[in-house]
Amino acid sequence: MANLNIIVPIKEVPDIEKVNFDREKGRIDRSSATTEPNPFDLNALEEAVKLKEEVGATITVLSMGPPQAEDTLKDAIARGADDAILLTDKGFAGSDTWATSYTLATAIKKVGDYDFIVCGEKTVDGDTGQVGPEIAEILDIPHVAYVNKTIDRDEEGIVVETEVWGSTYKKELKFPGLITVTKDVNEPRLPSVTDKLQAKKADIEKWGLDDLLEIGDEKHFGLSGSPTGVVNIEVPEEKGRETKIFEGPNAAKELIEELKSDMGGI
Amino acid sequence: MAYDVEDAEGVWIYCEQEKGEIHPVSYELLKKGRELADNLNTDLTALFLTPDGQDAQELIYRGADKVYLLEHDCFDDPNENPFRKNIVKLVEEDKPEIFLMGATHFGRSLAPRVASALETGLTADCTGLKIDDGEFVQIRPAFTGNILAHISTDRCPKMSTVRYKEFDEFEKDSSREGEIIEKEPVGYTEENIKILEEIIEEDVNIQEAEIVVSAGRGLKDPQDFEMIEEICSEVGGKVGSSRPLVDEGWISRNHQVGYSGNRVKPNLYIACGISGAPQHLAGMKESEIIVAINTDPSAPIFDHADYGIVGDLYEVLPELVKHLKEE
Repeated sequence: MANLNIIVPIKEVPDIEKVNFDREKGRIDRSSATTEPNPFDLNALEEAVKLKEEVGATITVLSMGPPQAEDTLKDAIARGADDAILLTDKGFAGSDTWATSYTLATAIKKVGDYDFIVCGEKTVDGDTGQVGPEIAEILDIPHVAYVNKTIDRDEEGIVVETEVWGSTYKKELKFPGLITVTKDVNEPRLPSVTDKLQAKKADIEKWGLDDLLEIGDEKHFGLSGSPTGVVNIEVPEEKGRETKIFEGPNAAKELIEELKSDMGGI
Repeated sequence: MAYDVEDAEGVWIYCEQEKGEIHPVSYELLKKGRELADNLNTDLTALFLTPDGQDAQELIYRGADKVYLLEHDCFDDPNENPFRKNIVKLVEEDKPEIFLMGATHFGRSLAPRVASALETGLTADCTGLKIDDGEFVQIRPAFTGNILAHISTDRCPKMSTVRYKEFDEFEKDSSREGEIIEKEPVGYTEENIKILEEIIEEDVNIQEAEIVVSAGRGLKDPQDFEMIEEICSEVGGKVGSSRPLVDEGWISRNHQVGYSGNRVKPNLYIACGISGAPQHLAGMKESEIIVAINTDPSAPIFDHADYGIVGDLYEVLPELVKHLKEE
């Protein structure tokens, strides 16, 4: 078996379906939501585990977040990751997408000899989908985004399918490279109870800003390193519509009549 | 490398093309770009990297003052690298203040590479862009559209992506005049990434549809999408779906309507058995006419619908089909 070095960046996110939003204050009520690994990142990790099983690899998961994000990394170990690094430091707080990408890319450089990086297509809270391609640019390696199928894999590279330009393209990526995957790429396996229990005991390495300054430039980290900033938050008014309800046995017919007069025939 | 706003001038848009054919998001960017450029009293430039430049004049008719035309075969494939290399070079030479790109899959893959190479900011999926007191403000929804964040960028180019169908198109005006400037593309060799083949599949293109009929959790079986298809064939619409059914694998993701799926703005949107979670509403609430069919009269979808039928879609849809057939 070969031994590829695979890196999977993972973000801990609030459960976006359950989170309550305080419209008055214009912010989310974080205490209302539990956290979970970003769902797309689990597809990325599963893809890495497949490569590990078929070709042979060491998987390092990497997360930037508060100290509690350790739980998400332990979950990743239960799912098949070998090593985990948590990037946690007040100096990382307030990072926008580029500063986040810079921080993760700097940590990847510090890990060193990587072959392949697998990212989720986006996070459910930030929803930008920018971090994967930005990391690839900083590392100066090629990338394929929106991978919804992986076909062949060996120690040299991977063949994938991606949806782009209203069509599907089959692309071959030679390592070192990066892909971002959609939810269609695989079905992440659930970790066994034994694996979960073992992962609880795992050691999570922690790196702070100082650890990354060996390689990175201080001016690119955190809030002050972020090119973009939020200047204002607007809570839009909910614009409802007046609804005409049709009832009874003739509801369908009446609806069609109404639509016909609105639209000039349908 | 990024530069200061004092050294920057002009508004740019990236004209997305697919095998030489202009993607309509480009005309929407031109409309918004025109507004911004007029506000800043500056020029609007379209970058057109294409295997075939015959439509460059169209970009002038659609609002551009200048078109930078780079013609090369390497732009015939969706391989980001030759695009990135040429765009970064043009930006560094000319130093625009603002640079907009479409948030298509290709744009979302290419724009971060360009922004990252320039070490500048990129604001994704803007729903509003304006000049406020001379400052460029980017507005984007956050937390499933519950809030709108106003974002500024502290260096140039200030880059944003905009989803298709977010803004109106610049209507064609054949009397407009402008300049097409041909530029020599930078040569490019790629060794580590190769396009093996294009797999032609059914193109759902739900965003183009004038009528969309969507199903949600009220549907009990994947087979029952046939009912939705039947309505669609009667009215000439396309089949949509809420996220849970896509996640279940009942229908392909191309059909998904919502914040994380396709944003649609058809003339008529019929939501069948969809409760109206914020995730779904964010993808369809701008539709011209919205019809909701749901068993639960308190479902949020009814707050956003023009017409509603409180009832089981398994009873209502066959009725609708029957009456439509009679028409």
